[in-house]
Amino acid sequence: MLKINNLHASVEDKPILKGINLNVKPGEVHAIMGPNGSGKSTLASVIAGKEEYEVEEGEILLDGENIDELGPEERAHQGVFLSFQYPVEIPGVSVTNFMKTAINETRKAKGLEDMPANEMLKMIREKSEMLEIDRKFLSRSLNEGFSGGEKKRNEIFQMAMLEPKLAILDETDSGLDIDALRIVANGVNKLKSKDNAVIVITHYQRLLDYIVPDYVHVLHDGKIVKSGSKDLAHELEAKGYDWIKEEVNA
Amino acid sequence: MELKEKLVSSFMAFENMVDIDSPVHDIRTEAIKNFEIEGFPTKRQEAWKYTSLNSVLKHDYSVFPKHENALEYKDVKKYFIHEIDCYKIIFIDGKYSSHLSQTTHDGIDVCLMSAALSKPKYRLVIENYFNKIASKDGLSSLNTAFSAEGAYIHIPKNKLVEKPIQIIHFSTGNEAALMLQPRNLIVVDENSHVQIIERHQSLTDNPVLTNSVTEIFTNKRAIVDYYKIQNDKKSASLIDNTFVNQKQESLAKVHTFSFGGKLIRNNLNFYQNGERIDSTMKGITIIGNKQHVDHNTLVHHIEPNCESHQDYKGIFNDNATGVFNGKVIVEKEAQKTNAFQANNNILISDKASINTKPQLEIFADDVKCSHGCTIGQLDESAMFYLRSRGIPEKEARALLMFAFSNNVLDSVKIPAIKNRITKIIANKLGVSIGFDL
Repeated sequence: MLKINNLHASVEDKPILKGINLNVKPGEVHAIMGPNGSGKSTLASVIAGKEEYEVEEGEILLDGENIDELGPEERAHQGVFLSFQYPVEIPGVSVTNFMKTAINETRKAKGLEDMPANEMLKMIREKSEMLEIDRKFLSRSLNEGFSGGEKKRNEIFQMAMLEPKLAILDETDSGLDIDALRIVANGVNKLKSKDNAVIVITHYQRLLDYIVPDYVHVLHDGKIVKSGSKDLAHELEAKGYDWIKEEVNA
Repeated sequence: MELKEKLVSSFMAFENMVDIDSPVHDIRTEAIKNFEIEGFPTKRQEAWKYTSLNSVLKHDYSVFPKHENALEYKDVKKYFIHEIDCYKIIFIDGKYSSHLSQTTHDGIDVCLMSAALSKPKYRLVIENYFNKIASKDGLSSLNTAFSAEGAYIHIPKNKLVEKPIQIIHFSTGNEAALMLQPRNLIVVDENSHVQIIERHQSLTDNPVLTNSVTEIFTNKRAIVDYYKIQNDKKSASLIDNTFVNQKQESLAKVHTFSFGGKLIRNNLNFYQNGERIDSTMKGITIIGNKQHVDHNTLVHHIEPNCESHQDYKGIFNDNATGVFNGKVIVEKEAQKTNAFQANNNILISDKASINTKPQLEIFADDVKCSHGCTIGQLDESAMFYLRSRGIPEKEARALLMFAFSNNVLDSVKIPAIKNRITKIIANKLGVSIGFDL
């Protein structure tokens, strides 16, 4: 589904990603771990199409098509979803109206009519119940005054509404207490199917107890330096990242 | 001939059309002398530093339209807030249109200035209120000198006027260039409440310059909600001089929506003569091309325990220029004043500009006064966030602009007006989605 070949990317001429290779197939969960500053969030943003990053070399293929020239909205229409580490506050736009706009713009791009209002309401009800989100929460302004946990839960709610093919969760566990973490992880697990894939970006192994990865990759200095099974995550949790750095430097 | 000389010499012809024996005519005569001395403002004056009238004064304006014009309602319906039942005072090229209007004398007076100036039954109100708060600057004096027509609204005490009143000035383009001097007087007595919507609409590409004066008196505990919709053609310019005199515990709220027109100057002045008064002024300005919008506000806090709230949002694209100059005076006696002022702006293009200047003169020591102005760009990370959810660039930008202006839109209490403004903005931004905020 997602194939990344030798991806180099920079921001303001500063190279961040220095040759990433990654192959994600439908039904798989990949975890990308690594120390701060290794390029994890940059990778997530580059896949989602953030324009301030310059792709210098390599390619990102989604279902075999190069998506380099596509804007973020076009990638979203193709089924890419990024759960933000720091979701942006949009005062004056309610969660519900934001979702209506997002869904109907995506449908419009696919040549479909707007989703009928009753269908939309039913979907909102189902998905918010799944994530144990209070109805009142949905009429609040998007992310404005939300706690860290509420923001992350709202990201997963958006994911549930948009039903992406490829979901990238960027540090979704940060700022979550253990109950919220469980609810969010359950939500992600319920949305998983043999046709979609998830990339979990995290610094800690904690989230991976709930969203169990098929593969774990370690990112260091803009490159994937080690890949393995979920056991690698436990090893990193126990030993930290230093041994990886030493291994790379040796 | 220069426009100033033309106007001064037209005054004699004007005198043939009005009753020169009425006491109002003494005021007019005084005013034309004053205009002759003051003339039009220039950039040398501090209050006009960023707005030049040169480009709008250069036309050879007709001062009195030669033809009577008629318009069919169906052709101009879209300029009305037609979704709700309203009183209507409508003018075409400065002349009253009885055909398009719906006035009343049923317990309240919603009618014409020309009637109020000539009929004895209005004499007392005219004596007490006409030209009592309009300033003596050149432009207001010019309007006073030629004051003959406009809206006259008098709400006696204890009346809650449920139907809003719409005042619309159409210009049709039968003159090569037309200058209008509408004069409105609004008097709201004790405990009464009225809502007014004002619009100036040109239907032509010929230049139109409107120099309007509106005097509003809110007596004890009266409430006035005033909405100004400025979405005129790019050949039309407006100088709006509005003066609000408030008595104790009254509430006056003026919303100004500026989206269209060549040059707009809003001189909006509040004078608080009593305690526990609230003066609120809010505005949304969204302009592009070479449009220019200048908001010049004044709140004069004279007595204790009063409040004022100012909140203006501006979005400037292309070569558009904006000005915000907000003056707040708090007199020594006006203790416990709460005065707030905010002016936030977004520049979409590198060539757009805004000059914003808070001007606070505070002589009392126990007051809360704040002001803040910001000039920024659209938040790129917010743009990425919205686009990553499938919302295209143009729509995402529009959504952020709606969000930016939302707290001003939110205080519009008539849903039909809010819907209309939302539609005008969506249209202006070239998006079809109603965000339904």
